[in-house]
Amino acid sequence: MQHLLSIADLDRPAITRILDRAVALTEVGEREVKKVPALRGRRVLNLFYEASTRTRASFELAAKALSADVVNFAASGSSVEKGESLKDTVLTLSAHRPDAIVIRTPWAGSAALVAGWTDAAIVNAGDGKHEHPTQALLDLHTLRQRLGDLDGAKIWIVGDVLHSRVARSNILAFRTMGAEVTVAGPPTLIPRGIEAMGCEVRTTLDDLGEADVVYALRMQHERMHQAFVPSLREYAAWYQVNSRRLRPDQVLMHPGPVNRGVELSGEVVDSPQAVITAQVAAGVVVRMAVLYEVLAGRGRGAGPTPEAGAPADVAAISEARA
Amino acid sequence: MPGSKVVLDGDDMRRTLVRIAHEIVEKHSEPERLALVGIHRRGAVLAARLHRLLVDLLEVEIPLGDIDISFYRDDLAERREAPVVLASHVDFPVDGRTVVVVDDVLFTGRTVRAAIEALFDYGRPARVQLAVLVDRGHRELPFRADYVGKNLPTARTERVNVHVRGLDDRDEVTISDGSRRPADPTPEDA
Repeated sequence: MQHLLSIADLDRPAITRILDRAVALTEVGEREVKKVPALRGRRVLNLFYEASTRTRASFELAAKALSADVVNFAASGSSVEKGESLKDTVLTLSAHRPDAIVIRTPWAGSAALVAGWTDAAIVNAGDGKHEHPTQALLDLHTLRQRLGDLDGAKIWIVGDVLHSRVARSNILAFRTMGAEVTVAGPPTLIPRGIEAMGCEVRTTLDDLGEADVVYALRMQHERMHQAFVPSLREYAAWYQVNSRRLRPDQVLMHPGPVNRGVELSGEVVDSPQAVITAQVAAGVVVRMAVLYEVLAGRGRGAGPTPEAGAPADVAAISEARA
Repeated sequence: MPGSKVVLDGDDMRRTLVRIAHEIVEKHSEPERLALVGIHRRGAVLAARLHRLLVDLLEVEIPLGDIDISFYRDDLAERREAPVVLASHVDFPVDGRTVVVVDDVLFTGRTVRAAIEALFDYGRPARVQLAVLVDRGHRELPFRADYVGKNLPTARTERVNVHVRGLDDRDEVTISDGSRRPADPTPEDA
């Protein structure tokens, strides 16, 4: 696997391989020396055009636990503010010969574009409303630890689906692993045609009880340039996941940061059925597994190998393993 | 299997492990400071068997661990795909102990180097020793096993295939022509 741009590039064996490796890596954090030399001498560049604390910190910890060198590049306070384009920034930073670039931007499709401009492995850490594949993988990891196999599990994704790259990556990931996915929220926040991704659509939470897992999404005020809901209070009255709507045996997830009192009530956030902190903890081991996956098999000092690159490659690898 | 020759059968393998266990006992006057660590995957199976033999002989509990050395390999850049990785288990303090590292085949010595590096991330053992079922020569690093089941002169192109019950259907060590792939591939015997 050369890049991680979208969950759609991963089949079930590839996802399973990454998650199994994440399990193996969990033990590294419990040792006296909390790192392994797997990526010693590799350079990982974190290129973040959007505010992010947990994703960037967990990518940085992940790279360091594998002994890679990490450079953080934030768009604010950089040449980007002087008007440099994404392409020029990537070309300039590529001069430092990074082996991998972890990129987050507010523009859908930017990770795939960047992959064409540099020899480095690209890991998409969120591109606008498009995808956030490592979030989906860490959510799968968290669920696998909690529930085991996801075949036939019913998962409801609730809230602001329209602005959510997490929702898109997770619908694909949950479906690939055999779960049944339903998205629910106000009609204004459900993108038209989302059924084509293989999920059901509901506009009320009346049947929320059928879910094994409830995945609440954050209301993304910062991406809302029009009034999608009359008010946050009105939204909460209809769509807030709270102890009245949630059964104690349902697993509650949220990608964070939580707007307490909006999409989730305080008491469910703090309840034992919420695995939100487990999701954060999973971030490091899963991102270690992803960095290892994209960098293993690449020649030292970057440069794509002739075998790698085509999307068919993932299938070829999983076939070779079978 | 055509082109492959059996060098140790199940009975040979059992007797070899018994001998290695006795040699370990002979060399350790302080068994309470002994520990065994097997290298995934077949080394871990062999370590578990040696462990049973040693506990019977010494009548003390000996810590047993296993390690996966994938993250310590020096050939990440050359490998075409990321390997399947198993979790390591070293649940005891290694500080001050004599740790016997167990593997199936000693070849270039690169696996042993990686295993020793991995072991040191768990603490500072007093001594590290090496026990292998087969030493096939062709070292690329200055390593020597303390306990050897069988010295097996090989050509570099030949393959040594170790089968152990638990992972395979039988106990057996075979040697085969390198140009032919064995029916059930064993991991690279480094």
